[in-house]
Formats: sequence, C-alpha cells, structure tokens
Amino acid sequence: MSERFTLVTGRTREQAVGMHKGKGSNEYREATSIIEVNPDDLARLGVDDGALVRVRTTEGQVDLTARSADVPPHLVFVPMGTTINSLMGVDTQSTGMPSLKGIEVELSSPGSEKVEQ
Amino acid sequence: MSVVVEHVACPFCGCLCDDLSVEAEGERVVKVRRACSNGQGVFREYDPSPRRPTLEGREVEWDEAVRAAAEILDAADSPLIYGLSSSAVEAQRKAVELADRIGAVIDSTSSVCHGPTGLAMQAVGEATCTLGEVRDRADLLLFWGCNPEASHLRHFRRYSAAAEGAQTPNGRKDRTVVAVDVRPTDTTAKADIFLQVDAGADFEVLTTLRLLVAGRTPAADAVGGVAFSDLTALVERMTSCRYGVAFMGMGLTMTPARQMNVAELFTLVAELNAHTRFSVLPMRGHGNVTGADQVLTWLSGYPFAVSFARGYPQFSPGEFTAVDMLARRAADAAVIIASDPGAHLPARAARYLERIPTILLDHGSSVTAEMARIVFPTAAYGVDAAGTAYRMDGVPIPLTECISTGRPTDEDVLTQLLEAVT
Repeated sequence: MSERFTLVTGRTREQAVGMHKGKGSNEYREATSIIEVNPDDLARLGVDDGALVRVRTTEGQVDLTARSADVPPHLVFVPMGTTINSLMGVDTQSTGMPSLKGIEVELSSPGSEKVEQ
Repeated sequence: MSVVVEHVACPFCGCLCDDLSVEAEGERVVKVRRACSNGQGVFREYDPSPRRPTLEGREVEWDEAVRAAAEILDAADSPLIYGLSSSAVEAQRKAVELADRIGAVIDSTSSVCHGPTGLAMQAVGEATCTLGEVRDRADLLLFWGCNPEASHLRHFRRYSAAAEGAQTPNGRKDRTVVAVDVRPTDTTAKADIFLQVDAGADFEVLTTLRLLVAGRTPAADAVGGVAFSDLTALVERMTSCRYGVAFMGMGLTMTPARQMNVAELFTLVAELNAHTRFSVLPMRGHGNVTGADQVLTWLSGYPFAVSFARGYPQFSPGEFTAVDMLARRAADAAVIIASDPGAHLPARAARYLERIPTILLDHGSSVTAEMARIVFPTAAYGVDAAGTAYRMDGVPIPLTECISTGRPTDEDVLTQLLEAVT
C-alpha cells in the first residue's frame, strides 16, 4: 500500500556535522537519508522503525531509513541534502524559491511493492 | 609553535559569533574555543592543501585556468553568476562588477532561502532591530518556522532566549519564548509556549492574529490547527510585552504562499507597534548571505535575481533566479562562488551545471566541484583570509585571517577574471 503525506525538509545538527566532514562522507549520507514518520503512520504502512521506506514524487523515488518520531500524522520530515533534493521539483511560482517544504509525497513499503509486482 | 588569535568571528552562519579564540599550528587550526559544533567544523575540518586550479579534472597553472575561464565567459551569451553567501563583501562587489562587464545574470543563495523575505520587505517594509537590542531589551521572543537549535546553535545563548542583557539580567527567566512550527523541534522543546500549526496554514494563522490585534473577533474555534483561545492569549502577550521580537525562517519562505506568509508576519509586527515596541528579523543561514543582499542592492538596486544582459540591472525573481535559469536551460555558462548548488538545488536544476561550462571558486570540496569544468581553490574568508561579512541583523563584522596559507581569495580570482575577459 502507498499513502500520501506532506513532506517538510530542514536542517538537523547531524546533517550539519556531516556537511563539515564532506558530502561524500558516511556521516552526511546517513544524516540525510532518514525520514521521520509518526509511529501510527509507520505501523499502517507496515514499515518497521529503522527499515527502508520508499518515498516518491513526480520527480522520482528514493528509499530512506524510517525513523519513528514525534511528528504530526501525515507529515514527514527529511533532513535537507542531496538525497531528498532528487525528489524536489523546480517550479518556483515566479519567486526563485522551489517548494522545499509542504510537498506532497507518496510513501510505501519497498517490500509490499515487490509483492504487488 | 602554536599561535592564538582572539576575538575571531565565525563565518559559518548569520550569527557571526565574534568571540572565538582560534589556536593554529602552521596551516592548521588545532583548537577553537567558544564555537558551536558548526564553528568547530568550519575551522577544524578546513583543508587548505589544494593550491592549484583544475581544468577538466587535471591540475593546471593559475594563469592557464584564468585564461580558460575568460574564454568560457567571452563565448557565453547568457552566463549565470551564483552563490556568494559564504564569500566576503569585497568579493561580492567584484562579482557584481563582473556580471555588469559580461552582461550576466547574478543571483545569490538568497533566492533559495530568504528570497521571498526580500520580496515581502519590498512590499511592506520591515520593522527591524539589531541582535544587541534583542539581547538587552526583548522580553517576548517569537520563533516562527525556524529552528535555531538545529541551525544557529549559539543564537539562544548569545543573542536571544537565554542571553543576559541590560534589561534582561536574568536571561531566560526574563523572557517569554513562543515557538510556532508544523512539528515539534529542538527549538519548540525549549519554548514556553508551542503553537503547532497545520502544514501550509501559516498565512491563515497570521491573518487571524492581525484581526485580533485590530480588535476584531473572527468566528472560529480554531485556525490552522491552533485553538482560538491560544491565539487570543498570544495576542494579549504580544500587545502587552515591553519589547517583542519575531524571528522567522524557511517554514514561511519555502512553503506555499512564500512571500505572502512573510509579508503577513511583517505587517503583523508593524501593526503591533501601535501597542508596544516590536521587531522582526529573518534567521539568515549562510555567514554572509545578508552581505550578498546588501552588496547587490547597493550596486544594482535589487537584492538578488539581477540581470545585466541589457547593460542595466533588471530584477526578475522566477526568471533571473538560479533554479529557474538552470531548470529552463537559460544559462550557457556558470560562475559559482562559495556555494554548492550541485548539492542544494533540486536535482533537475543542479544537474544542468554539468551540461554547461561551470567555473567554481570555493574553499572546500563539494558536489559542484565534481560537476565544474574549472575549479579555483580559494581561501576561506574568516579562516585564511580577512574580509567583511554582514550579520543577520545587517551589522557588518570583520572576518579575521587566522592562518596564513597564501591561497588567493575569491576577490583575487574575480579581479583576474575581470582583467582577462574582453
């Protein structure tokens, strides 16, 4: 199953530490490849805390490590970085600013998709 | 032998904390006192060893790289100059001069951070203040759509929530801190009051606050997920405080309605001045992104998204902004200065930098460096070069040369490019 969520990206301390080590570092990759999800939402998706969850927008899809977190239902948070930027659109609504928060995304369990296929 | 430099400003974020003590041995910083983890990273992880420019991946002499870069710019019909936010004012001036000379579009990382704030300021003005005033006077602090506890790690202690000032001698105890966000964060955890708004509902909440300040009572139990009673209580605090300051961030600029959200907050703050003293400051990210706005405005009249293609400055966000220029393939060459659009722009825009000749001036490794045709390894302002940067409140702060490496500065390279282009 897949479900629609609202994605917010932003800064974290871990992302910044990784950035100082270099964007090719393990610290950066790990810090920017997680997604914070409400525990009830994770359970409904059938994704365990720490397992991979598939995130999809019209730009593409990536698999991120799910982290059960204190976020509102149907809202997910991903630290800013190269991983999530691959899903960001380029429409700036005539401002220069792309939508980097409040984006509609689709989440699913990679395992469930394989079964469906 | 180690050398200790005192009263050093950290060039990482818009706080520009200028109370650091930096201890260096030769070309390496070995110890930094009073810096946050980001400040530690800036100085301790700095590697000044790359000295020669690269052209298509191979090291070349400096003159050869300058000649090759000038040839690219001479051949370009629509060059883009972008970045600037981790450079110094002195280099930013040269970048604008280069844009003027070659008829380029020039944009800073502001366009993907507080660009919408700039648009709001143009529309409704700003009731501003310095961080010194915040520290000394503010008894009510409002953090809206920003998370300084993750992004500006000494802000609370040095300037705002916990800072001890002339009229706030007890620091945190003398202030009420309100945080507004769509999710709990490290900042909301330290606030006295946390208002959790629904994603995308900031504008409605701000409009409701304006109505309440104006003495009107909307017929609603809740707005944007916030109970009406919480909004009336906030308005009571805002109108009765001695000195309120709102800090705002990407939660307003990166969401739908962008500059409209910011204009609504700035208007609310202006209207609160009918009741008490109230100011608003954007939480600026990169160390000198404020300087980029300042310099571009001095020299062109506009803070970002400026084209010199017609021989005079034109301002057009959505057209002369980096994401739009790259995503629409409107640039045929790029000069990137002290930033990493390869990592920080949406991938479709970032990838286009590989398709056009890209010239990079930067002090560290980056995703953009892997995409660039020519890379000039320049000094880091505030680490191995002196310069000037603007703090988030518009106060210019001198940056110190803490270690001497002989690396050329961005200003040096831009000056050489100005001499080399025809």
